[in-house]
Amino acid sequence: MARAKKPKLAVWKFASCDGCQLSLLDCEDELLAVAANVDIAHFPEATRAVIAGPYDLSLVEGSITTPDDAERIHKIRRRSKRLITIGACATAGGIQALRNFARIDDYINYVYARPEYIDTLAKSTPIHDHVWVDFELRGCPIDRFQLVEVINAFLNERRPNIPRYSQCVECKRSGAVCVMVSRGTLCLGPVTQAGCGNLCPPLGRGCYGCFGPMEAPNTMSLAGWFREKDTSADAVRDLFRTFNAGAAPFRKESEAHEQR
Amino acid sequence: MSNAKTRTIKVDALARVEGEGALDLRIRDGVVTELKFRIYEPPRFFEAFLRGRMYSEAPDITARICGICPIAYMLGASQAMEQALGVAVTGTLRDLRRLIYCGEWIESHVLHAAMLHAPDFLGMQDAFELAKVHPEVVNSALELKKLGNHILEVVGGRAIHPVNLKVGGFYRAPATAKVRALIAPLRRGITQGAELGRLFGSFSFPDYEDDYTFVCLKHPDEYAIHEGRVVSNRRLDIPIDDYLVHFQEDHIRHSTALHGTTRKGEPYMVGPLARYAMNYEQLTPIARALASELGLGPVVRNPFKSILVRMVETVLACEEALRLAESYTEPAAGAVAITPRAGVGHGLTEAPRGICYHRYRLDDEGRILDARIMPPTSQNQPQIEADLRGVVQANLNLSNDELQWRCEQTIRNYDPCISCSTHFLKLNVVRE
Repeated sequence: MARAKKPKLAVWKFASCDGCQLSLLDCEDELLAVAANVDIAHFPEATRAVIAGPYDLSLVEGSITTPDDAERIHKIRRRSKRLITIGACATAGGIQALRNFARIDDYINYVYARPEYIDTLAKSTPIHDHVWVDFELRGCPIDRFQLVEVINAFLNERRPNIPRYSQCVECKRSGAVCVMVSRGTLCLGPVTQAGCGNLCPPLGRGCYGCFGPMEAPNTMSLAGWFREKDTSADAVRDLFRTFNAGAAPFRKESEAHEQR
Repeated sequence: MSNAKTRTIKVDALARVEGEGALDLRIRDGVVTELKFRIYEPPRFFEAFLRGRMYSEAPDITARICGICPIAYMLGASQAMEQALGVAVTGTLRDLRRLIYCGEWIESHVLHAAMLHAPDFLGMQDAFELAKVHPEVVNSALELKKLGNHILEVVGGRAIHPVNLKVGGFYRAPATAKVRALIAPLRRGITQGAELGRLFGSFSFPDYEDDYTFVCLKHPDEYAIHEGRVVSNRRLDIPIDDYLVHFQEDHIRHSTALHGTTRKGEPYMVGPLARYAMNYEQLTPIARALASELGLGPVVRNPFKSILVRMVETVLACEEALRLAESYTEPAAGAVAITPRAGVGHGLTEAPRGICYHRYRLDDEGRILDARIMPPTSQNQPQIEADLRGVVQANLNLSNDELQWRCEQTIRNYDPCISCSTHFLKLNVVRE
């Protein structure tokens, strides 16, 4: 389809590991096709070239952890027609949101010899806490096929086909044996959003929640099952408290098992 | 130009690196008076929130320090835990670890060399511009990079943040047929890697050398990747447990990455040039033939030629992966059994950009009491600054735009992973 003008794509980074934007460069088979259909206007990890905004589509990776970043995201939102957050950091605060359960001064003092040089916020927060987000793509990291689907959908002004059901649905469809039923392995599959490609159960490992909470998850019921299997409160807390610890359903469940 | 009064160069974002950094440069009467390679990637406090977590969680959590080199973190953490817990991962499981690490070297080296670094030598903004002129080069590089990622998927279950690695080995060892299926693509990979190396060999390289202190792993039987002793070209030869006795990190105002130096406060270099110089005799046959074809001696002191050494190491990683894939048979168990106990463990491996060090102390339940992680880029940061000073001083005749680009290229020589070191480049040059 010939376009009069190519849409402008921008990629922005906040606190993150770079893995989700790397997923775009990891679309080895699709990368040059995507690049041919958009103008890459801002993508520092891949190019020195910068085209001024406004942008048709902004992909935002990372969470907000500094006063400067809390300002910067508003500037990006103002220049972006559509803004999509990619990955657990941008959609839930990421692993760095573990600070939200602690005192930030303790953290700074523990890691840095000169705390006075560090300017950071007490909490790591997702992008939707700060600006309107048009779509959230989950995962730690995101799945590159889902990324291509979302970019494709937005450039063609249709809804992305990204399921919100649980990882269990994906697992059952693949024909894998349930690790929790057959082996008693703790698994977050029943409350985690599908989309990873059902990676862990076929390896004999329980889902560890990379894709964050599904739509309306019953975490309390699942945690009850874990406790019945003689799992300690600390272990249940930690299971819900990883890369998506800041996502409300996981946060609340982990706090329910906090022993003070 | 060399007698210019005040010249100001300002770069707001270092491109084609992973993470957020900036450069401040002040030149007065042709002399560099101030130079700061600033890292302002926001701190994420991994060492702090690892405290209280189970030993078994460290590989998956620390993987999230870096999406480009998760294996370096997963294996560094796993091996540190194994030392603390008194278990050893040997035989086929050790081979599988070396195989997946080869995958990470291929994926990371090709991404950096072809997609991020090569455009500098061609005066291009990015690999997309290169793809318009030489699509076959970019397609070949993408295919090779994909092979690296494919190894990660076959052994690790996922290319970014693999799911199949754990303390003690793997959740499930891959089926024999799946690993053997890597053999044909790896044979092709060796040829593609060498072709890309020869192509990059035709670039013109800025004339710059330094007498670096090279620090890396060395192993008696192989080109060290994930096991060995720490050695240097200054006669250092120590077990990994003594790493913090000889190297330190300082907290500098302009950086959220700590600055690694030797105990004497001197900069040192980790990464491909260091490994190549110290382990040259252990290069695999085709990698060694490529090095000599490219005119590289046993030691490379021109940091701009790191792109060539990365391709030599890419070929080496393909040859090693091929050897391991050919001899692979699925083991009976994917992991060794672990019983938690109190202890201290060190893990040190060669991330694609250099040494990545971990140390953990565990309580008797296996919970982490304290954690220490030294990523490669924070160790290289003082050396990057030293290189920048040298390169700027040697190139004062360049225009501001040219000088800025040369500085960026100098930083990219190190394939800096700023996300790792905290932890983008913003260049502010003032010429007075």
